Amino acid sequence: MAFLDYFRAKKKNTANIAKERLQVIVAHQRSERTGSKLDSPDYLKKLQLEIMDVIRKYIEIDQDQVKVELTQSDDCSVIELNLTLPENQ
Amino acid sequence: MAMHFADEAIVVTNPEVSSVRDSDRILGVLSSKTKRASEGKDPIKEHLLLTRYSPERVTNGDMLAVDDVTEILAIPLLGVIPESKAVLRASNSGTPVTLDIESNAGLAYMDAVGRFLGEEKPMRFIAQEKTGFLKRLFGGK
Repeated sequence: MAFLDYFRAKKKNTANIAKERLQVIVAHQRSERTGSKLDSPDYLKKLQLEIMDVIRKYIEIDQDQVKVELTQSDDCSVIELNLTLPENQ
Repeated sequence: MAMHFADEAIVVTNPEVSSVRDSDRILGVLSSKTKRASEGKDPIKEHLLLTRYSPERVTNGDMLAVDDVTEILAIPLLGVIPESKAVLRASNSGTPVTLDIESNAGLAYMDAVGRFLGEEKPMRFIAQEKTGFLKRLFGGK
């Protein structure tokens, strides 16, 4: 009721919360975008999954035991594959 | 697909977290995955169109302001379309809201088109209308 709203104490300013949330989300989103160049986000993920499939044929392994990273220096890019093997294999 | 070959892009967003976030993602795609980007040509010209804007709610601190959205997305503002019942009515009946010259939304869209074509048009409908004491007390419309 508009009549009651008029007298009610001021509510929380949700627009400020929205702005803060957006700044965090957008900063995160942009760092993902620029963090790994070469249009990589989708293809790196796919690469990781395919490598995992190959390894899984021989060893039981979890997703978090394989890390694929792409780093770029001046004139070359390096794909780094880090694989942690379970000890009892 | 349409985006891939684009020379100009009008990014339409509502003043909501989810919508602004999606728009930012689209801006990322525009600047990295399109034909212009892959061929290293001049970037796509980007414009921001903010829709469903409600100056009253902005004043009450319930809605992101135009400046908040332009600050976050950092692209030039083409226009602001006020929240309006005319939009759903027009959509229901299959007539463009731009033909409804009595609605603020229709007028705001025409302004945006004018600006896109290079005309100088001041922004309208982004400040709260003055309402009388009685109207505030008992509600209106």
